[in-house]
Amino acid sequence: MTRFLDFLALTGRGLISTCRTLGGVSLFALAGASHVVRPRFPFRQFWRHFVEIGYFSLAVVALTALFTGMVLALQSFTGFSRFNAESAIASVVVLSVTRELGPVLAGLMVAGRIGAAMAAEIGTMRVTDQIDALTTLSTDPMRYLVAPRLLAATLAMPLLVVVADILGVFGGFLIGTVKLGFVPQLYLMRTFDVLQTMDVVSGLVKAAVFGFLIALMGTWCGYNSKGGAQGVGQATTRAVVASSILILALDYVVTEAFFSR
Amino acid sequence: MTPFDRGAEWNVNQQSQITPKNGATPKIRLRGLRKAFGDKVVLDGVDLDVRAGHSMVILGGSGSGKSVTIKCILGLIEPDSGLIEIDGRDVAKLSPDERAAILDRTGMLFQNGALFDSLPVWENVCFKLLAQRRITRAAARDRAAEVLEQVGLAASVGDLSPSELSGGMQKRVALARAIAAQPDIIFFDEPTTGLDPIMGAVIDGLIVDCVKRLGATAFSITHDMASARRIGDDAAMIHKGKIVWSGPASSLGETGNEMVDQFARGEREGPIQMELRK
Ligand SMILES: Nc1ncnc2c1ncn2[C@@H]1O[C@H](COP(=O)(O)OP(=O)(O)OP(=O)(O)O)[C@@H](O)[C@H]1O
Ligand SMILES: [Mg+2]
Repeated sequence: MTRFLDFLALTGRGLISTCRTLGGVSLFALAGASHVVRPRFPFRQFWRHFVEIGYFSLAVVALTALFTGMVLALQSFTGFSRFNAESAIASVVVLSVTRELGPVLAGLMVAGRIGAAMAAEIGTMRVTDQIDALTTLSTDPMRYLVAPRLLAATLAMPLLVVVADILGVFGGFLIGTVKLGFVPQLYLMRTFDVLQTMDVVSGLVKAAVFGFLIALMGTWCGYNSKGGAQGVGQATTRAVVASSILILALDYVVTEAFFSR
Repeated sequence: MTPFDRGAEWNVNQQSQITPKNGATPKIRLRGLRKAFGDKVVLDGVDLDVRAGHSMVILGGSGSGKSVTIKCILGLIEPDSGLIEIDGRDVAKLSPDERAAILDRTGMLFQNGALFDSLPVWENVCFKLLAQRRITRAAARDRAAEVLEQVGLAASVGDLSPSELSGGMQKRVALARAIAAQPDIIFFDEPTTGLDPIMGAVIDGLIVDCVKRLGATAFSITHDMASARRIGDDAAMIHKGKIVWSGPASSLGETGNEMVDQFARGEREGPIQMELRK
């Protein structure tokens, strides 16, 4: 009996703390996002992060997408040739890249690069009193630190995914034509025949959602870190893990919303 | 007039009267301030008055809650209970905007500097002026150079990043940042720790200058008795979460209070025993 009660208490405590965290994150997100439309939005900070996310992640995202497209073409060729469906390769590549792999892989790469950096920077600011200093210097940390990062990541991720889409398709095209012997024109025709606006749009919406999540987890974990260098390290790890898992989970939710009709 | 040629005037404030004028509202009034972290009680009923336009120095052993007291006054830490009044108004009852308005007129030097390492020194120094849109970015550079000179740093330091500075230089930049917006109330958490004695005296002069010339109210923490006598009008000592003594800063060392005198003279034997911190 007591075992059972212990178990209940444990579950209850877990539930409560989960709810508290969820509530905390939601309020944090609202407070941060609201500053985007309130006066005195720090455009200088926004631009700094926009460049950092959008421009300096280009190489990482581009390479990821290129190799993914190449692997995809190769894999589906060896797989599909078992039932003579090689001609579907172009469509498989373009649909998987635009709908799924572009946004998800770009999201995961950016989570590792940017989410970690945000958590580390803000976490360090927290443990060295810099966030308190902001408050005493007539600056709301939510406005100065959180809002520009949220906006920058939300806007920069779709741009990155456009690049990822193009390079992913290009990777497939490269393998398809050079290695597997497809006629270039035919490959491109197959590619654009199946592609619909919704495929790209859903991918870009995912990208924006993922960008917001990455910045939210990065800033939230950093903002709430405590206890010196070790705390900052934990915050960084937590930010990357949380945003990666959330990316995959919300990927399902957004897909469901777009395509389950 | 720069703070460098003010040495002689320190004597003036040592003779100032301590007894508050009847009826005058203190700038800062603390009553029964309590704060515990977990089950560790840090502040256990702090009562303190800081007179407007005067300089208060807080003494106390390491870990006795001096920094926490300042953070409570600034609203950076929420106290568990107790009253904090600024200009006679209970800060707990103020709206966020009113609190922000108080912070707009407040300067704070953090114990560890807390400089923004993503910004160059000049932007750090003029951060508040820029945030309040009281100055353009072009003018901010000149203003930064001016304030940096007051704390004994060359204008060229303004273009460096805080991480390129020595500890003492960072401290002085932090001090420059705290006073650049000419605040009404200034908190100094160990302003001269880590500085050489001469620079320490210069900084003390600067603090006195802020109080005397700008009419600001200063609230300083220091471990340095010479410095405490130089910058303080009043002094108070905190021990085990309570204020155990307060009086004129000039009397430090011969207050008749055994704890304060032990502390002021830095003696091992006395009522204050070195405790292992829990
Ligand atoms: N955020 C915090 N969480 C938990 N404990 C804290 C926190 N801040 C301060 N403390 C504890 O409160 C006590 C007082 O800290 P405080 O920084 O006020 O000391 P201090 O009087 O300024 O000491 P020092 O002269 O060394 O700076 C310390 O024992 C410290 O461990
Ligand atoms: Mg301290």
